[in-house]
Amino acid sequence: MDINQKFTPQNWPKHAETATQEGKNKFVGLWIFLASDTVLFASVFATYLALKDQGPVGMEFAAKDLYELPLAFAMTMLLLFSSLTSVYAMYHMKNYNFKGVQTWMAVTVLLGFGFLCLEIYEFNHYVHIGFGYTQSAYSSAFFTLVGTHGLHVVIGLVWISALIIRNAKRGLNLYNAPKYFMASLYWHFIDVVWVFIFTVVYLMGVLG
Amino acid sequence: MSSVAQKKGFGAQVWDFLTTVDHKKIAILYLASGTLFFAIAGFEAILMRIQLMVPNNDFMSAGLFNELLTMHGTTMLFLAATPIIFGFMNAIVPLQIGARDVAFPFLNSLGFWMFFFGAVFLHLSFFLGGAPDAGWTSYASLSLYSPGHGIDFYVLGLQISGAGTLISGLNFIVTIITMRAPGMTYMRMPLFTWTTLVSSSLILFAFPPLTVGLFLMLVDRMFGANFFDHTMGGNTIVWEHLFWIFGHPEVYILVLPAFGLFSEIIPVFARKRLFGYSSMVFATILIGFLGFMVWAHHMFTTGMGATANAIFAVATMAIAVPTGMKVFNWILTIWGGSIKVTVPMLYALAFIPSFVAGGVTGVMQATAPLDYQLHDSYFIVAHFHYVIVGGIVTALFGSAHFYWPIIFNRALSEKLGVLTFWVFFIGFHLTFFLQHFLGLMGMPRRVFTYMADQGWDAFNMISTIGAIMMGVGVVLLVINVLLSIKSPPVNRRDYWGDGRSLEWALETPLPFYNFKQTPLVRGFDPYWIEKEEGNEEGMVYAEPLGDIHMPNNSIIPLGMTIGTFIAAFGALYSPWGDQAIAGTADSLSKAGSLTLLIGGLGITVACMIIRSVKDDLGYHVTKAEVEQTERALAEFRAKGGKR
Repeated sequence: MDINQKFTPQNWPKHAETATQEGKNKFVGLWIFLASDTVLFASVFATYLALKDQGPVGMEFAAKDLYELPLAFAMTMLLLFSSLTSVYAMYHMKNYNFKGVQTWMAVTVLLGFGFLCLEIYEFNHYVHIGFGYTQSAYSSAFFTLVGTHGLHVVIGLVWISALIIRNAKRGLNLYNAPKYFMASLYWHFIDVVWVFIFTVVYLMGVLG
Repeated sequence: MSSVAQKKGFGAQVWDFLTTVDHKKIAILYLASGTLFFAIAGFEAILMRIQLMVPNNDFMSAGLFNELLTMHGTTMLFLAATPIIFGFMNAIVPLQIGARDVAFPFLNSLGFWMFFFGAVFLHLSFFLGGAPDAGWTSYASLSLYSPGHGIDFYVLGLQISGAGTLISGLNFIVTIITMRAPGMTYMRMPLFTWTTLVSSSLILFAFPPLTVGLFLMLVDRMFGANFFDHTMGGNTIVWEHLFWIFGHPEVYILVLPAFGLFSEIIPVFARKRLFGYSSMVFATILIGFLGFMVWAHHMFTTGMGATANAIFAVATMAIAVPTGMKVFNWILTIWGGSIKVTVPMLYALAFIPSFVAGGVTGVMQATAPLDYQLHDSYFIVAHFHYVIVGGIVTALFGSAHFYWPIIFNRALSEKLGVLTFWVFFIGFHLTFFLQHFLGLMGMPRRVFTYMADQGWDAFNMISTIGAIMMGVGVVLLVINVLLSIKSPPVNRRDYWGDGRSLEWALETPLPFYNFKQTPLVRGFDPYWIEKEEGNEEGMVYAEPLGDIHMPNNSIIPLGMTIGTFIAAFGALYSPWGDQAIAGTADSLSKAGSLTLLIGGLGITVACMIIRSVKDDLGYHVTKAEVEQTERALAEFRAKGGKR
């Protein structure tokens, strides 16, 4: 693979992300990493379900009263739309439209950043009303589950931003196309995990 | 370029090993460090056996005994068996599938350094206020209240080394999926490659629960969280589940590659094709799958209820079926073969009955009502040592003899090897066979001493004598290794004369790119096929001689690892944890702890960013350079391998 090879939309490979051996390795590797990460989240979910609403005798916090669905809904929408915009970026990558890729990836980062801000607001709010990390087994489990997802979002944001900045001046090639593709795949995964958090933590929490 | 004939200075050699991404060199790093930790953990075992040699012994204190039994188990499983197996996987799997390196050479190096620094971190506990003392399972109800920093070292050390193991596992899976030579279909892959694939998949799914469990323990002890503190609503059974969801597959992670190694050794020395290849593959996958369905059989006495116990009991017994398939296949491979009893074959022949004994006692424990009787007794100790020593350690020793010529271009002495085998093998059975009966007589495990005249004295004495024999056996093996340095180089392919798979088709010493041309695989046991057809080259090629693309060396993996190593000290001496509040352990100031944490992780992140921003395209070895290297190697071999 030659990094300086120039492409046109005509000769750009149909699957640029797996056109090289390195790309193929990364593609398989990321899917396998996601499988492993799924088990990681499954473990944290299981811990959360085991410890939900568990605390010292007479604890005043319960999932039923704690969560606010409108906020969680806003966060869900931000993250779902950021997934959609990363699909747009991949669509443009297929057509060798680098400007489209950069723009939509930047929108993805903005939406993800909005999500992160809401999450920080939410955490801050909980800590403010006394539901801190060390308050009970329930609070530790809640912050660990949602926080692990939040950390994944932060990593994704740093990753995609680094890609956008690093490649701003040189355009698409077969070296960075797999990188964009993997970042977008990872971003979808974060999104799917959030769907489960929204369901298991917030919806089922409010139901009691 | 790095032709073999060049002699390098000492500093350059060290730098080469610190930055290498070559799977053959990383294999040597894994083997060397695994052997180091194997020796440490074995020494700990002998100290424990000396303490238990006579009743009411006061050779060591109860506290030290707890530390030794914890470190012995933890080190043997995580830091000795795993890296040595990774050493063989690194050395052999790319050769078996006809690849020039692994899929992610950078990650390969990162995985090694993470493992190594995690291991070093754990062992620093001996010098920094006491080792962990809650057993290798470190049950939360016990470990949460262990004073001092021992458990913290356990948690952080395993977190780092576990990350390394996970990274290496992922790397092997991708390597085997994407890097196979043309013609190397899944059902032509040698059994060791197959077991590497399955055991890496187990790593992939088993280590995240451990990561989570360790993280929960970490924040509970060091940052005041409440996962396991029942007064705050926590539940210690969460730890037991997470630990065993990891812990049971871990056993298969170790034993499946051992099965694979024996499936390579036995056909070579029986000089017959492996019997029932496809059933072997199927059994491997089935064991891997069932390995995840049985973790709660370690928790029969926890009180999960009769239904759960029954389900897990039946699932556990089911594992005996694919394992039995494998045992019969090995026996039928040997059956009617023209057998050569070399040292690797001796280990293989000893492995079959020893491992079956361990398996049978395993099925006994799977019977939940009986397990209530056997639980936490020496019967358990005897069982898992039969599986681990009889299954895994014999595989490692046998394969060391088997693969030494490929890895080091030297051979281990057969005579000394036979002596080592008998000393070790007799010592092993002396040590552990009687422990079955000690357990049935009621001797509990993990006790530092016992009263006289309960009928345990003689058996304990014999057991200790056996342990010392095992120690002598290991020393003999190390002497064998040291002697091999001065022995004449092998300088040829197919050291044993009956090699079957692709790794034997290569002439040692190997060039850094392994294959000058990618081989074309025409069937199962490709080298055997070529030999049968009188092909002097040992393989046919899928491509003409041309430029070879190779990965660049890098120091970044070491930098990333050192960052996590520093951050771990920040977490260890955190002032926020219960330990610090209770005043039972020293801690840093808040600023000091934060500096180490943020500084350490900062180094890691900085290294990741450098890695991400700096293009790493590898380099090309030109056709002329390949030809020159091949000529230099041929000359080197012709001169008898003298520099």
